[in-house]
Amino acid sequence: MKYLYYPGCSLKCTGRSYEESLLAVFKVLGIDYVELDDWNCCGATAYMAVDETKAFAIASRNLALAEQQFKNENEINIIAPCSACYMVLLKTQNFLAQNETELKKIKYALKESGLNYEGKVKIRHPLDVLVNDFGINAITKAVKHPLKGIRAASYYGCQTVRPYATFDDARDPSTMDKIVKAIGAEPVDWPLKTRCCGASLTGTVEQVGLPLCHSILYEAIKKRADVIITSCPLCQFNLECYQTKINKKYNQDLHIGVIYFTQLLGLALGILPPELGMNRLFVKPESVYKSVGGGAAIYV
Amino acid sequence: MFTNLWEEGQLFMSNTYGSTLRIGFYVCHCGHNIASLVDVVDVQKYVAALPGVVVSRDYKYMCSDPGQELIQTDIKEYKLNRIVVASCSPLLHEHTFRVAAEKAGLNPYFFHMVNIRENVSWVHDDRAAATEKAKDLARAAIQRVFFHKPLETKTVPVNPAVLIVGGGISGIHAALTIANAGKHVYLVEREPTIGGHMAMFDKTFPTLDCAACILTPKMSAIKSHPNITLWTYSEVEKVDGFVGNYKVTVKRKPRYVIEELCVGCMDCIEACIYKEAKYPDEFNLGLSKRKPIYIPFPQATPQVVLFDPETCIDFKSHRCKKTCIEACDRNAIDLKQTEKFEEIEVGTVILSTGFKTFDPKLSPQYGYGKFPNVYTSLEIERLVNASGPTSGEVITRDGKSPKSVGIIHCVGSRDEKTNKWCSRVCCMYSLKLAHLIKEHTDAEVYNFYIDMRTPGKGYEEFYDKLMNEGVHFIRGRVAEVTDWAIVPEEENRLTIRVEDTLIGVVRRIPVDMIVLSVGLEPREDASEVRRLFNISCSTEGFFLERHPKLAPVSTFTDGIFIAGACQGPKDIPDSVAQAGAAAAEALSLISAGNIELEPNTAKIIEQYCSGCKSCVPLCPYSAISFKEDVKKAFINEALCKGCGTCVAACPSGSIIQNLFEDEQIFSEIDGLLKFAGIGLKESDTARKEVEHV
Amino acid sequence: MDKSVDVTTFALDNAENGYKDIERRLKYETELDKDFKEKIAEIAHGEKLYSCIQCGTCSATCPVSHYMDYTPRKIIQMVREGFKEDVLKSATVWLCASCYSCSVECPKGIKITDVMYALKREAIITGHYPKHFPTPVLANNFFKQVLKHGRSSEGPLLLKMYLKTNPLMLFKNMKLGFNLWKMGRLSLKTEKIKNKGNLNKLLGGIEKATGTVRKEAAVN
Repeated sequence: MKYLYYPGCSLKCTGRSYEESLLAVFKVLGIDYVELDDWNCCGATAYMAVDETKAFAIASRNLALAEQQFKNENEINIIAPCSACYMVLLKTQNFLAQNETELKKIKYALKESGLNYEGKVKIRHPLDVLVNDFGINAITKAVKHPLKGIRAASYYGCQTVRPYATFDDARDPSTMDKIVKAIGAEPVDWPLKTRCCGASLTGTVEQVGLPLCHSILYEAIKKRADVIITSCPLCQFNLECYQTKINKKYNQDLHIGVIYFTQLLGLALGILPPELGMNRLFVKPESVYKSVGGGAAIYV
Repeated sequence: MFTNLWEEGQLFMSNTYGSTLRIGFYVCHCGHNIASLVDVVDVQKYVAALPGVVVSRDYKYMCSDPGQELIQTDIKEYKLNRIVVASCSPLLHEHTFRVAAEKAGLNPYFFHMVNIRENVSWVHDDRAAATEKAKDLARAAIQRVFFHKPLETKTVPVNPAVLIVGGGISGIHAALTIANAGKHVYLVEREPTIGGHMAMFDKTFPTLDCAACILTPKMSAIKSHPNITLWTYSEVEKVDGFVGNYKVTVKRKPRYVIEELCVGCMDCIEACIYKEAKYPDEFNLGLSKRKPIYIPFPQATPQVVLFDPETCIDFKSHRCKKTCIEACDRNAIDLKQTEKFEEIEVGTVILSTGFKTFDPKLSPQYGYGKFPNVYTSLEIERLVNASGPTSGEVITRDGKSPKSVGIIHCVGSRDEKTNKWCSRVCCMYSLKLAHLIKEHTDAEVYNFYIDMRTPGKGYEEFYDKLMNEGVHFIRGRVAEVTDWAIVPEEENRLTIRVEDTLIGVVRRIPVDMIVLSVGLEPREDASEVRRLFNISCSTEGFFLERHPKLAPVSTFTDGIFIAGACQGPKDIPDSVAQAGAAAAEALSLISAGNIELEPNTAKIIEQYCSGCKSCVPLCPYSAISFKEDVKKAFINEALCKGCGTCVAACPSGSIIQNLFEDEQIFSEIDGLLKFAGIGLKESDTARKEVEHV
Repeated sequence: MDKSVDVTTFALDNAENGYKDIERRLKYETELDKDFKEKIAEIAHGEKLYSCIQCGTCSATCPVSHYMDYTPRKIIQMVREGFKEDVLKSATVWLCASCYSCSVECPKGIKITDVMYALKREAIITGHYPKHFPTPVLANNFFKQVLKHGRSSEGPLLLKMYLKTNPLMLFKNMKLGFNLWKMGRLSLKTEKIKNKGNLNKLLGGIEKATGTVRKEAAVN
């Protein structure tokens, strides 16, 4: 099966290494994909706050583009790795399925721009694709460097599993832990897997956002995690890039690698850190590099 | 001889009952219920002009005594031989009007009822259209009664024995009430002992009576009552028959102990080769251990031990030394015992199968099953109980005495994701547990509630007492129980996150023990039991009463009554009250001695029956049998409920149903379709007297 | 009407003594907008606002409710009772991070996050939103950027937001920005889609279908 790949804006900018690692992992595992032609921004959470119909319209343009690009397929699987994109596309699809008058408006507007949306698109998260399509057993078989002794704290943030995802439980998700186990590492049982990192508030209203990030980092370290793995570009950014600032504010010395789950998986598959975009990290996950040994150890 | 012709000239029917067709029509205002949307005077005038109608009247309340008298006077004065009343649902007043007609000397089945309330005024908003619809329905009824025939109601005797299913407090109370009235009761209980949930409780609210002290005397009374046959560890397997005459098969599961011989000395338990009890004790909800041979609790009734074949070595390997058998000087142990089936005949049944508690694993935010110190309320009942696993000492699973306890109300209740309903008893039992925990531990106790519901005699006073005992009351639904510690006091404890809605502030409260006040829900197999006894369940799965206000313990199946929490969540006083009501209903049937059967049954016209047997398996009430000697089907009128399935299915048209005969239905349809151009020719023999009252 | 009592009348220096202004909390029925709940229920697509039992699960599960002027539960009640101005002026809706915890946990199935979105939109339309609070400014700029280019560009977006709200923040975050740029994680380039005409036709179609052209003037 060939997947359509919808990167979204973040994966081309602050979340570049998410794209780099995801595509590197897909290549090694032989997962076939093609990027959606001329995709546009999903609208994220900010667009919805200003104009709802337009927010749904621009999101549905992506779904319509997918149907145009894969016009001979009856079911199109589109991979949206960014949490916000994944959630917004699912929300759009749910909304249009339940709201006939809005669907009519959107269909009319799509027609004006020469597009059509029939609802053939299935929105998938890479976690869902890796665990449920590719399979945990196949991942286990592909592992070259089992990450022995590494305690990885899975951090889903909000929108990967809330509120529309069906591939995992919204309150106690476990998909990422399955991958952690498959690559020989140890999942950390901790209470903040889906606790909000503050999202854009961390950048906009620091006095609200930073304490949220702080508690997540603090708790992961307290639960003896070596690394936090995440599936959201904004979570990764907040938890990694603000570590210095957080330490200053709280007069602490918190230091923990925050990487994409695809980066951890990539290392176990034998991909070198630069190919996974890990040269872009401020906080190097040293213990992980050491555990991988071989080629990765030199990046410590 | 009255005859009439269809205008289209297709059908020619004759009426052999009464020389002249003389119909009385009555349309009811039902206060404003009907009259506000249907122009009843217009309907009355319209029907007055229809053929065969001698009297047409409208009246404020037809069901009232003057309304009924109106019909009776008219029957006598105008020699009416058909009555049609257009009013509410036949479910409510068909019986009323039939009786009225009968008192005036008319066969009650010459009466027919048209529902213009539920079917017209309550469901429409256009007055003109509603009035037209009411006329259509009335016209159809007028044409229908042309073909009505007099029918005889039959009576059957009522067997005075009663079956009670479920030996909790409701079943126990109902059984004793009926047995004390001198009637025989079969009490069937699935578990090895009677007592139900109440036997697990420590104290009862609001009086704080010891549950065992008030329950166990009733349990022993059951055991020793000469009119009660008690079958524990048994289940109803099959139910046949009808009101007054049910045939029931009861499966008695093997205890591997002969009940009549065992005296409950428990020497066998002592002698079991397992020196230590190592299997979770069901009665204590796994908070203590038992051996493979055990007795549920000291006051179990009957006082008889039983084996658990899942854990007994001899059942698994056949290599046990069987020290238990050696220890029993009464030779009561029989490891070869098999299940037994008992067939009984009863006239009425009371279902008191109770409830189950909500499984809090379905609300994962409270951490039940994940954090050992999160308990269900039922587990706490055992924990605070002097005869419980800790002899009444409240200690957490890690062996500590809690300094602070949180009681979370409404777990699983008032929630769209789990159970939408309020379980009614949780507020009060939470208050009771708060009191008991405080009494046993002197811990700080927090109650987290959404709304405090204490509507009962002495209940609000109990709430007041608790407030004065220093229990914290925080109005807010707990969002999460977490081991995420932010401040040092939260380390290694469970923290409750809640909005104190009365203050408007989110609070984090660390506690050592959490009690989940789980709601009440239907038993897992409620829908199977429902099918077995042919009754209904409401949407949430509790057994459905015939009427929520006026027939709360009856069901839609005659002779089957319900009592206690199987009908909906309720506390002990309400369960006992319902059990008493159900017993009274059963005794009322027994006392009457006979039951009248509705005559709207189906019957086979033998000369047409081809013996194809298609109808036999279709009957939902097993009322049809096949007579092999004559190769014809036969319908037991007592079993037939008049559902009409066989009538519709018979390929040769040889089954007819009283009150639903072809000519009656066709004529009714014809009346309804009059707007389509089909109608009756005026009868020249029918004299019309139109009056407006 | 007089909204507050001057604390100085008590001859206390309120700054020195740490007193808050004493506020009048009495609400007259005439101050309330009775149609507000219907309006919000409608723009939040028939949300089950009316079923709220005020249990506070939303507030307790919210990661930022302790910074809000009214907890989410209070917002729902205020909407139902027509406290229109208080709701639309509150910072609560602009602190909602769209984490959806409340929507998942609400026992009545109220999609509270969507109610917050509805209130954000209403606050922008009616001009009640806090003009210099970063979140509405970010939302508005994000909206304009995507409307214009089809994609968002994080660098220029943040730059604009800091300039409009708190230029000091820009200065404080300069070093982080530079480091990100060095690592290839931030650029000041504006991302665009190829077929802008196609997107314009789509947005034009929406305007035709809804019969309204959004007033850009309301958005800063």
